[in-house]
Formats: sequence, C-alpha cells, structure tokens
Amino acid sequence: MRPILMKGHERPLTFLRYNKDGDLLFSCAKDHTPTLWFADNGERLGTYRGHNGAVWCCDVSRDSSRLITGSADQTAKLWDVKSGKELFTFKFGSPTRSVDFALGDHLAVITTDHFVDRMAAIHVKRIAEDPEDQVSDSVLVLQCPDGKKRINRAVWGPLNQTIVSAGEDTVIRIWDTETGKLLNETNEEVGHKKAITSLCKAADDSHFLTGSHDKTAKLWDMRTLTLIKTYTTGVPVNAVAMSPLLNHVVLGGGQDASAVTTTDHRAGKFEAKFYDKILQEEIGGVKGHFGPINALAFNPDGKSFSSGGEDGYVRLHHFDSDYFNIKI
Amino acid sequence: MEVVDIDARAAKLGINWSQVNFDSIQLPPGEDFGIESDDEAVYHDDQSEFDTGFGNIIVVDHLPVVPKEKFEKLEGVVKKIYNQLGVIKENGLWMPVDPDTKMTLGYCFIEFNTPQEAQNAKEKSHGYKLDKSHIFAVNMFDDFDRLMNVREEWEPPQARPYVPGENLQKWLTDDKARDQLVIRSGPDTEVYWNDARQKKPEPVHKRPYWTESYVQWSPLGTYLVTLHKQGAAVWGGADTFTRLMRYQHSMVKLVDFSPGEKYLVTYHSQEPSNPRDASKVEIKVFDVRTGRMMRDFKGSADEFSIGGPGGVAGASWPVFRWAGGKDDKYFAKLSKNTISVYETETFSLIDKKSMKVDNVVDICWSPTDSILSLFVPEQGGGNQPAKVALVQIPSKVELRQKNLFSVSDCKMYWQSSGEYLAVKVDRYTKTKKSTYSGFELFRIKERDIPIEVLELDNKNDKIIAFAWEPKGHRFAVIHGDQPRPDVSFYSMKTTQNTGRVSKLATLKAKQANALFWSPTGKYIILAGLKGFNGQLEFFNVDELETMATAEHFMATDIEWDPTGRYVATAVTSVHEMENGFTIWSFNGIVIYRILKDHFFQLAWRPRPPSFLTAEKEEEIAKNLKKYSKKYEAEDQDVSLLLSEQDREKRKALKDEWEKWVMQWKALHEEEKLARQNLRDGEVSDVEEDEYEAKEVEFEDLIDVTEEIVQESM
Repeated sequence: MRPILMKGHERPLTFLRYNKDGDLLFSCAKDHTPTLWFADNGERLGTYRGHNGAVWCCDVSRDSSRLITGSADQTAKLWDVKSGKELFTFKFGSPTRSVDFALGDHLAVITTDHFVDRMAAIHVKRIAEDPEDQVSDSVLVLQCPDGKKRINRAVWGPLNQTIVSAGEDTVIRIWDTETGKLLNETNEEVGHKKAITSLCKAADDSHFLTGSHDKTAKLWDMRTLTLIKTYTTGVPVNAVAMSPLLNHVVLGGGQDASAVTTTDHRAGKFEAKFYDKILQEEIGGVKGHFGPINALAFNPDGKSFSSGGEDGYVRLHHFDSDYFNIKI
Repeated sequence: MEVVDIDARAAKLGINWSQVNFDSIQLPPGEDFGIESDDEAVYHDDQSEFDTGFGNIIVVDHLPVVPKEKFEKLEGVVKKIYNQLGVIKENGLWMPVDPDTKMTLGYCFIEFNTPQEAQNAKEKSHGYKLDKSHIFAVNMFDDFDRLMNVREEWEPPQARPYVPGENLQKWLTDDKARDQLVIRSGPDTEVYWNDARQKKPEPVHKRPYWTESYVQWSPLGTYLVTLHKQGAAVWGGADTFTRLMRYQHSMVKLVDFSPGEKYLVTYHSQEPSNPRDASKVEIKVFDVRTGRMMRDFKGSADEFSIGGPGGVAGASWPVFRWAGGKDDKYFAKLSKNTISVYETETFSLIDKKSMKVDNVVDICWSPTDSILSLFVPEQGGGNQPAKVALVQIPSKVELRQKNLFSVSDCKMYWQSSGEYLAVKVDRYTKTKKSTYSGFELFRIKERDIPIEVLELDNKNDKIIAFAWEPKGHRFAVIHGDQPRPDVSFYSMKTTQNTGRVSKLATLKAKQANALFWSPTGKYIILAGLKGFNGQLEFFNVDELETMATAEHFMATDIEWDPTGRYVATAVTSVHEMENGFTIWSFNGIVIYRILKDHFFQLAWRPRPPSFLTAEKEEEIAKNLKKYSKKYEAEDQDVSLLLSEQDREKRKALKDEWEKWVMQWKALHEEEKLARQNLRDGEVSDVEEDEYEAKEVEFEDLIDVTEEIVQESM
C-alpha cells in the first residue's frame, strides 16, 4: 500500500513508539516537540510542548496515560498523554538519551550523556501513581567503565530484574537492578565492532536486537546474552525493529548525514531492509526516505510499521496482503 | 623510577637525602638492580665508533710500480679516478712504498666517507684499464681475511642433489575447470576459486598482511607478487601459496613482469629533499626464477620520463615496455628525444646505442612481434608534421610511417594478436579552437602495411573509449558529446569487404563510458562507471543484441575472468559503502555477491595461452554439443545437491530457532505470575486472548420501498 507521509517535524526524526494497543504513534525529533499521531491514518493528534532541545527518546505507559520523554535540554519529562499537560520534570546536569518504563510502569530507566564533568550514567526513577507525589530522586545510578562514551539505549530486562544497556563503547551490558552490579557483558569476539545505535526488545522480553555502525545487527538472548543471529547489511545501522507477527527484522540506516550531499541519493541506501529473522537472509527493502533512517517501529499488531528519517518525515506503511505470504 | 617517585618514597621511609653518603652504598657484585651505570653508557658510545670499522676502505691492486719521482703523479691519477666515484676522506689515500728501493708496491688503500661509496667504487672500478698492462683489481679491505683463506688447490664444487620443484601450474588442472581470483580487503589478502556452480567462492589461501601495498599476478598466472619494505616476493606452488623467490629492492613501489614472465622489473623512487630537484628513481630487473638481478638503472626521474605530469612521481609506469611475444627478448625505455631498446641476452642497448628520435612522446610495442610504434607530435608551429611510425626491432628499420597535419594528440591501440594498429588522432579544426577525432588503421600483417583513415559519421563527436575485440577483427567506440553517448561497432573484415573497414552498428544514447570485451571476443560489456553509477549492459556483438542490462551500484572496477565465462564487478574502498564484488555470468546473470568492508583490489589469475591448435579449437566449437553433455550432467547434479543442502540447512536453522523459542516460552510462562504482581495484579498479558472474538449480528434498516409488481398473465 502507498505509505502515508507524515509531515509534522521540522528536523530529523530521532525515535518512534507505538502504544500497546497500536492505535497511537509517538514521534520524537530534533525539533523540541514530541508529536502524537493516529497510527491508522497518520492524522496528527497533538504535540507535547515544553522541551527546549532535541528530544531523543520516549516511552508510553501500558495504559497509554503517561508519556515520558528524554531531551537534550538536560531533562526528562512526564506528560499526561490525553491532555498534553506536563506533569513532572526530572532535571539532570546533562542531556538525556533514552527512557524506558518498567513492567508495571512504576519505574523508569533514564540514561544521561557525558557532559562537561558529568559522566554518562543510567538512572532509575520511581514513578508515582499520583503526579503530586512524584519525587526526582534516583533509586539507582549505574555507570559504565568509560563514562565519556554515550549510552544510547537502556531497557528493562525480564521481570525488571535486569537493565540492558548499549552505547558508543560497543559493549552490551546487563545490570542487576537490585544490587546495581554488572552481571554480564559482551566480549570483543562476538560483540559489535562500532558504536551501537539502537536496541529493540521482543514483545515477551526473551530476546533483543541491536543495530550498530559496524553495518550489522545482532540478535541476543536477553537472559544469557548469547549471540543468536547476526544480520549483515552494507550500511551503518541506525534503527532496528522486530515484527511481532512474523519472523522478520527490519534494519534502517544509511551513510552519515554529513556525506549525503556529496553523492547520489541512491548511494545512501536509505532503505528499510527486511531480513528473515531465522535464516538471516534479506527479504526486501522499503525505499522512500531522502536521508538516513533514524527510527523504526512496528505496530504491535505487526500489520504496519513506521520509519522516521533524517529528512524530517515519518512514513507509515501498512503491509499489503502479499507481505504476509512471503516465501523464501 | 621517576625522581618524584624516589623523593616520595624517601619521604615515606624517612630518609633525608642530604645525609646519605652514596659512595658507602655497596651493591652486591654482578647485580645492578636494573640501573644502568653511567659508565656503561659511555662505553656503548665508544663501541659504535669502532663498529664503522674498515668497511669504507678499498684496496686497489695492479697499480704501476713507480719510482719516487713519479709517486705524486700516480697518486694524482688514482685520486682523480676515485674522486669521481665517491668522496675520499682527508688523507684517505695511502700508497705504501718499499723502504729499500723507494719504489711503490703496486697497490694502495683508499678510505671513503661511507661504506656505500666504497662499495660503489669497488664495483665500478674493478677491472678498470689504466693501460694495457695495468688492469685494476679492487677489493674491500674487509674481504681480505676471506681472500687470504682461499685454498691454493681448486676443489670441484659438490653437486647438490636435484630437488624437484612443485608444479607451479597445478591450478590449471582443477577438475572443475574453475578460475582463481585474488582479493584484498582490510588487512587480508585472499585467493579464492570462483565456484559458479556452488554460487560462492571457495577459499584457497588467506593471509593477513601478505603485502604492504598491493598484489599482482604474473602475466601467465604462475606467480603472485607481493610488495614489501625490503623488496618484492613471488608466491605460487601446487597446493598452497609458498614463497618461491625474493627480490631485494628496498621500498619498492611498483613491479612489472615481462610478458613471458621471465623477468621482473621493480621500481622505487625517492622524493627529493629539495623540492626543486627531480626525484631519484631506481629500477631493477630480476630474473624471476633465479632471483638474480640482471641489471639496475639509477637516475633522476627525468631520465625515465619525457617530462610533464604523468604516472607515479613523474615517471609513467611501466617505464620499461616489453616487446610482445613470450620470448622476452627486448624492452624499451622512452626518455627525452631518445628511445633506448635493450635486449635481454646481455641486458645492454641494441647496437650499443639508443635511437635518437626528436621529440618522441609515445611508444607502443606490438603485442606479438618486435615492432615498435612511435608518435612524434608536430613541431615548429606546424612546419614539421606529426608522425606515426612503425619500427622493426632489432634492425631499427622503419616499416611504415605516416605524416599527420594539425594534430593535437595521438593515441595508439594495438589489437591483441598484433594484426592491426589503430591510432586515434585528435586534430585541430581550422580555427584551432577545438579538436575532432579520427582513426588511422594500420593492417600490419598485409603487404606494405596499408593504412586506412576512418572518420566517425559525426566528425565532431568526442571519443570517450575505444577497444579492440581480443583476437578478433572488430572494435568498439563510445563517442558523442551528449550526456548519453553512442556506441559504434566496426569490423576490419566482413564477408563482402575484406580489405576495408565497415561499420556494423551504432547503438544510440547508451549510459556507458567504458568498454570491456570478453577475452574470447564476441561479448562486450558497455559499462557506465563513475558518473553513471555502475550501469552495465551485456551485449552480444555477433547478433548485435543486448543480452541483459543490470546495475552494480557505484561499481569502480570490472574484470573478465581469463576464459570469458564470468565477469567480476567490484566497488572498492574509494567509496565508503557497499564495498565488495559481484560475479556475473557472461550474459549478465548475477551468480553471487560478496560484501567486504575496505575492499581494495580484485584480480583474476591469468591463464597461459591454450596449447590447442586453432584447428582443434574450431573442431571443439563445432562439436560443442557432444562435449558439453558431460558437463551439463555434472551441473545438474551439483544444483540438485545444492538445493538439497540448502533445504537441510534451512530446516536445521528453523529447528534450532524453534528450540530457542520453546525455551523462551517456557520461561515466560513460569514468570507469568511475577509479571502480574508487578502490574498490580492486572492479568492481561499480550499472549492471552485480550480481544475476544464475538460474532455480533447487526441489522440495520436502510430504506423501505414498496413496489407493486403486476402479474402479467
């Protein structure tokens, strides 16, 4: 089907997120306003105004009532999804890179960048039922060995017992949320060779997919951190997503934004590439963006996906029926 | 230990430095605690002085024996000779005199500034004829001990047992008749079989850091040459690549083989310290099998080029161009106003002198015969016409020449079997503001070498590329000024017209700027590299039809395998992304693709020419059906096996995955309760049927109309 082009952002997209029911799509961009769309027809519902910098990441609670966003303005904010009202602001001394609600939505993990003398860190915050009771204290703060490297993504593991983090230092780490101890990390042999840009969990928290500038994406067991699959593509990977319905993974990326203007637009390979999750073979690609893909998200029903690019567009693709019968 | 550390340590131990008498400290004998004594450092310095030794002294023997009166004269002569070869140290010449007779003893010692100069002087002056009865015998002073120990009686050298070498051409006996290719990516150099049946390359040999710059096959494929700081090395052998020979040439930059791969030419150039000077060039010619250096050439870059920008550091490579054929008999060098032709029996100039050709700018050997074509541009503002000439070597007889007027440039293209020579001539228009191109076609094998002039249909078209069909009579030209140029095919011989060139076809508006003929002829790839981003058109020239069009996006290199069955297209590291190569069949079907980051080079291993006679080849071509039966059956077997293997592999992967998923599911199930608790008792998990499918019947009355139907009976 023809993709729906959603033009609402003025700057490159950074993150996309569906709510659990799959009817709402949240998009973050380097302009300062996260935007809410109808996931079906791409109609814009509203924006969340209040940030004063690029918004890097967001997450929505299971009941679609709360939204948390992390921004380069050194804050993470809680929002009321329905009214767009700002509920609370967590202030950090450095830009926040990623946010993720825990199972049950009582906790959130927030990563902050290295900034002046502050080292990159992973913060765990308690999220109060009633925004009136919200406090900004961290329950737990974790730090990677090299505090100057960004932590691009941190998500909750099964049963909130672990936190999985990945970033510029190419290492994926699993932390114990009770003790704050490092439980496991990838070694040089199987790990990524360059900065990890993105991380995406399976719906049942059993495995996750990471994308890296080393032009590969890797699938890992979330409990043991064993490498299950590697998907090799020709371009740096900026965004990854997994189909909840079929055994497909989608990789998005493209050459660096700085090199784009000097070459043919096809040279960038700004495609969302589909791979068979099990056979690791390329199935096909979806073209369209006029710039690298920075964000990818699958609708929880697996029947549509959206991509956000450096070009400032969100493209919403509903799959044709042929897609569900692909044989390779 | 740093001084600061020492101080800190002392403070900790409560030692006051001013109260310590260092001389009273006694270290156990033979133990220095890793502290180097100052005395030792001094001692080391002294040593290095001694090490320079006598390496810079030579002994010159067989000097005339002269009385005292003539001593100074002789000294003057010797000084004069050796000052040309190096800098003699002050008082560096010492000629001993018999204390009784005051006569010289017939030898002298000369000390040079450096051992290199001494070595050079020894090499250059050994055997120097001062006069009839005095021929210098020069030795290094350091060699004297060795020479003293030479036995008086001659002993026959022991015959070393013959060790049979490996079969260097074993790769040709591959039972699947595959070809090899070498690739370089990242630090690795890898050799593969191109296994088109299996649709993948089969590794032969892989070695990281095999070469320090690039690798190259010898022209007949026997050797692979690698370049190193110390020199070049060739590799080959029956099963794996073993090093067969090394050629010492420090900082070698380029190498070139003679066409029969008997000789290897290595090139090194030194950037001058003063930018106004020309760079220094050193070229060595080695015998490939013995590793012996046959000749070396040294000089400034000017001596190896005709000036102007071109090639590496001023000289255009290859500096020495080898005459065609497998005999490796002659090689030629072009320099200002001269062509120097050497022969390989003695590695000296033919007739001991080079050919003087004023202002010659280009030379080209026939690929099969020892015929040299040369081009001399116009001189004297057009008073003297430009000239293209064919010269027979070694007789230096001019076979044919043609004068050309108002020429701006010429380029010579030999057909691979040396039958034809095409000269692309760019001429000025009358206004001299622009140029147009035409061709002069020489038929070498015919009597008197007739020349034919060919102009394109549209004279003003720019010529973008030209290529002869290998071993054939046809050639292809890309011409035109438009963004999409035309491609024309011509034949030197057609059934109606044996003596004249005729046009076969013109293809209009093609996205092409380079031509790649199959090594067996008949097929050609019209390639659009660079600006066209890797457009490929596979064209059959016999039928004049396009077999396939394809694209290898951003392709930088195209190379046919030596048999003309497959083509490799590659994206090398000039581009940042999509590095790797693709193997195509001759008719444009993708066989397989390999992605490799930092991909530098791809080269097919050449094959030596076939031993079959032309008649036999023709016979095989005629009865191809009979011969191909066997191979078709093999092909089918392989493809069956492949699909079987593929199926099995997929099944295994799927099974493995299922196992994983089952494990996950089990764990997930176990943790169900825990999850519920975390969600404050909210039950719904995604996998539980949250949406209940209910069938709801819904009736809506939209409209009611009454129609009276009359029964028409």
